[in-house]
Amino acid sequence: MNKQGNTYTILYASVMVIIVAALLAIVSVSLKPMQQANIEIDKKKQILTSVNLQPTTQNAVELYAKYIVDSYVVDANAARVEGADAFTVDVAAQVKKDAAERQLPVFVAQLDNGDIKYILPIYGAGLWGPIWGYIAVDADGNTIYGSYFAHQGETPGLGAEIENSAFQSQFVGKHLFVEGEMKPVAVMKVGQKPLNGAEYVDAVSGGTITSKGVQDMIENSLLPYNAFLTSIEK
Amino acid sequence: MKNKEILLGPLSKNNPVIVQVLGICSALAVTSKLEPSIVMAISVIAVVALANVVISLLRNTIPNSIRIIVQLVVVAALVIIVDQVLKAFAYDVSKQLSVFVGLIITNCIVMGRLEAFALSHRPWESFLDGIGNGIGYGLILVIVGFFRELLGSGTLLGFQIIPEICYEWGYQNNGLMILPPMALIVVACIIWVHRSHNKDLQEK
Repeated sequence: MNKQGNTYTILYASVMVIIVAALLAIVSVSLKPMQQANIEIDKKKQILTSVNLQPTTQNAVELYAKYIVDSYVVDANAARVEGADAFTVDVAAQVKKDAAERQLPVFVAQLDNGDIKYILPIYGAGLWGPIWGYIAVDADGNTIYGSYFAHQGETPGLGAEIENSAFQSQFVGKHLFVEGEMKPVAVMKVGQKPLNGAEYVDAVSGGTITSKGVQDMIENSLLPYNAFLTSIEK
Repeated sequence: MKNKEILLGPLSKNNPVIVQVLGICSALAVTSKLEPSIVMAISVIAVVALANVVISLLRNTIPNSIRIIVQLVVVAALVIIVDQVLKAFAYDVSKQLSVFVGLIITNCIVMGRLEAFALSHRPWESFLDGIGNGIGYGLILVIVGFFRELLGSGTLLGFQIIPEICYEWGYQNNGLMILPPMALIVVACIIWVHRSHNKDLQEK
């Protein structure tokens, strides 16, 4: 057969596409369960990191079973949503809805000393892609106990610094309520202060848009928890 | 060409980045820290070597009019497989690399080697050529990443290298090093040093 002819070229392209598509489909399907398991382990790691534990990939499942004593889903009025699993709620989809319609997952952690912490997932947009994280709140529903942030593709050395403990530890001890009103922690450039009197942390230098993204993410994701956090406040 | 020359040539005299000036775009994007530079280097070595072998095996069947498309399909398929395998077996590394793995497809070194070498050589030579060019590219990436992280953040692989006392004496990290333009300037400095050692590469 003429190797430069049209028939050969078309046949070659078709066969190649079918083979490659089949190959990719096989790879994707056969690796899916392992990838899914990795994603779940990673999520458990993230949740545990927000309460200042240091889980590894090996012991994350075990530690999660030990420390996370309860998890449930609430709505914006702090009423429990029946039949919803906090672990599988897609936070990325929830934050796009109106606050009143959202399903709000809550993970309850009990630490070694018996302290109860409430872990709330957050999700937003950075400069290049999504950013997300978890905020752990003390049993008073006000003081931040720990935080965890991650990103998909922020610039290394600039926006990506939000995943470093130097940035995350700034949140510890900050308050979500100022004089009884919910004002989530703001992320401000050094020397600036939020106008609404909220507590604030320093932004990442050189990562202005990512820092702004973190602030918007915290505000948008945590405000619907207002009723819930007020209700646990004793 | 001897096999040894095929393997080692791209490390210095025929380096894809500093002599052929290919793959500059990804050298700018991933080198602001040392760690992503290293992982990117390893991924590119794997993809160039495998793509070279596959194209070399197919070289007598590929119709000339669609050879670039065939190369693209092979490279894209390999990159997706690498990405999926990393996600399944080395999830932490894959998280670290995120979008960079996909960007290997756009690396001109990969297509360049397929077009210039694998289409006309046997699989074993093509494999060596892929490894050699991958290492030549990775070498530059690691050197650039080393200087950019050290001078830009004062760390290497995330560990603090510049002692605290220097900061107290007024030393400042050079924030410009983290931005892409400095990668170009660092690459240019490497080319300068390299050419002054290899007089035969200097243009008249």
